[in-house]
Amino acid sequence: MSTDVDYDVEKTDGVHPGKPVVVDRYTPWARVNHWITAASLVLLALSGLAMFHPSLFFLSGLFGGGQFTRFIHPWIGVLLFFSFLGLFLRFWTANLWKRDDSNWLAHGRDVLAGHEERAPEVGKYNAGQKLVFWSMSILIIVLIATGLVIWDQYFSAYTTIGQKRWAVLLHAIAAVVIINVWIIHVYSAIWVRGTIRAMTRGSVTGGWAWRHHRKWLRELVAGSPARSTPKSTPKSTNEKSGRTPAE
Amino acid sequence: MFPPVPNPTLPPEAPRFGEKDLIRRSASTVTPPAERQTEVAKLIDVSKCIGCKACQSACIEWNDTRPAMETNTGSYENPHDLTPDMFTLMRFTEWENPETENLEWLIRKDGCMHCEDPGCLKACPAPGAIVQYSNGIVDFVHENCIGCGYCIKGCPFNIPRISAVDHTAYKCTLCSDRVAVGQGPACAKACPTQAIVWGTKDEMKDWAADRIDDLKSRGFENAGLYDPPGVGGTHVMYVLQHADQPEIYADLPKNPRISPIVEAWKGVTKYAGLAVMGIAAATGLVHYLVAGPNRVSPEDEEAAEKLTGEPPHEH
Repeated sequence: MSTDVDYDVEKTDGVHPGKPVVVDRYTPWARVNHWITAASLVLLALSGLAMFHPSLFFLSGLFGGGQFTRFIHPWIGVLLFFSFLGLFLRFWTANLWKRDDSNWLAHGRDVLAGHEERAPEVGKYNAGQKLVFWSMSILIIVLIATGLVIWDQYFSAYTTIGQKRWAVLLHAIAAVVIINVWIIHVYSAIWVRGTIRAMTRGSVTGGWAWRHHRKWLRELVAGSPARSTPKSTPKSTNEKSGRTPAE
Repeated sequence: MFPPVPNPTLPPEAPRFGEKDLIRRSASTVTPPAERQTEVAKLIDVSKCIGCKACQSACIEWNDTRPAMETNTGSYENPHDLTPDMFTLMRFTEWENPETENLEWLIRKDGCMHCEDPGCLKACPAPGAIVQYSNGIVDFVHENCIGCGYCIKGCPFNIPRISAVDHTAYKCTLCSDRVAVGQGPACAKACPTQAIVWGTKDEMKDWAADRIDDLKSRGFENAGLYDPPGVGGTHVMYVLQHADQPEIYADLPKNPRISPIVEAWKGVTKYAGLAVMGIAAATGLVHYLVAGPNRVSPEDEEAAEKLTGEPPHEH
């Protein structure tokens, strides 16, 4: 209930009472930004893996052959960098690490076993999501920096072969790690039902927010009336423009 | 003198080696042929080189390349470096021997060394873009090359160059097309002093041994053969007057080997990386099977409705 320093409700979040309660989580532009990032990350993984292991070289066929894979991969990387920069600027404040996050993480086993209620109440993002966010941020910086070093077509003259060797090794390791972070991210979204609609329709149900981000929901409800007013007539719960229950 | 490479026979000849003689193929596994062809080698006797660049000219002519015209920068070196159109380059070094105080003009013909353990091939991600024949020749197959430049990072001698025109890598082929029909490399054919000679690797070692004896008798007590074991030996070897310090010959590496960074990248990272990704995906699957989906319960929805102040109502 408190609106203390932990307050991490964002301006565009909103709660619409009804049955079920609908909670706005992501704006349309945040979603577009997310899916551009997602698409480029997947394309980068596919084209990168083609050049990473011989048994995956066939993936270069998806991009029109080895030459085109080699050409397009760094450009998609540039797109990802700027797209993720957009996400970073949107989400970084809500992802700052709080004392409760360490506490929540200590209950990691409970959470994985489906006993989230034993862990502290969570704000807009839980500790796992924050770790994904910061891992992605750091890894993308490593990947773009090392990627530029090994982008021979334009930048081969600026570094020595010794530096390029380190860059290509770090690039490969960072890529492996980020693919694992991606697996965790995607798996969590699938495992925790009702999550994906946050990134497709932009909203979640009140029950989802209560179950997984109770502190965020409490703060939203306790927040200024502007944030919690229903968009249209409060009582017409079933006709809320596309906001029907998930299942 | 070493018997010169014979002139070609007039009737066309079938190539003496090809696909079936591959012992290594980049990003692929090949079954090496049961019988290995006689290993060949080019021997470059630096002590006999007069720096005439006939080898460079022959290389340009045979490979039909057009190195760009450059300006003189105060050295006989031309072009300034190996390029996608210049597979071999005479590197000129003026070296003052501290013992004799003589100025020695060291001229080393730089180019692909055709390593027995080729770093370029190890680094290459494109299947079949780099191949090694059982006679020791390491060749680039341009239609398979994707132009990534990994070969440059893999090479311990800084040899391959990527063409800005067709985005594929180029280097000395050891005139594999000539050798296939019983000819020697164009540079060896053109060399007027037989500083470049061509034959089987054993013949070349014997020939080098004679040359080294000769050089030692003339006071070059550190004369020796450059056939670095770190890359399993090479199929281009040098006779050096000062084999104890190869770095004076325009930075010829003393103990070349595939960089441990490249080994780590193409070794443990490649296998461990795939394994870790597989384990992560499998862990997710197992967790899903064991724990099941994490669903929002009706009680959760009711709790949210209560919190937002909407009285629970019936439908």
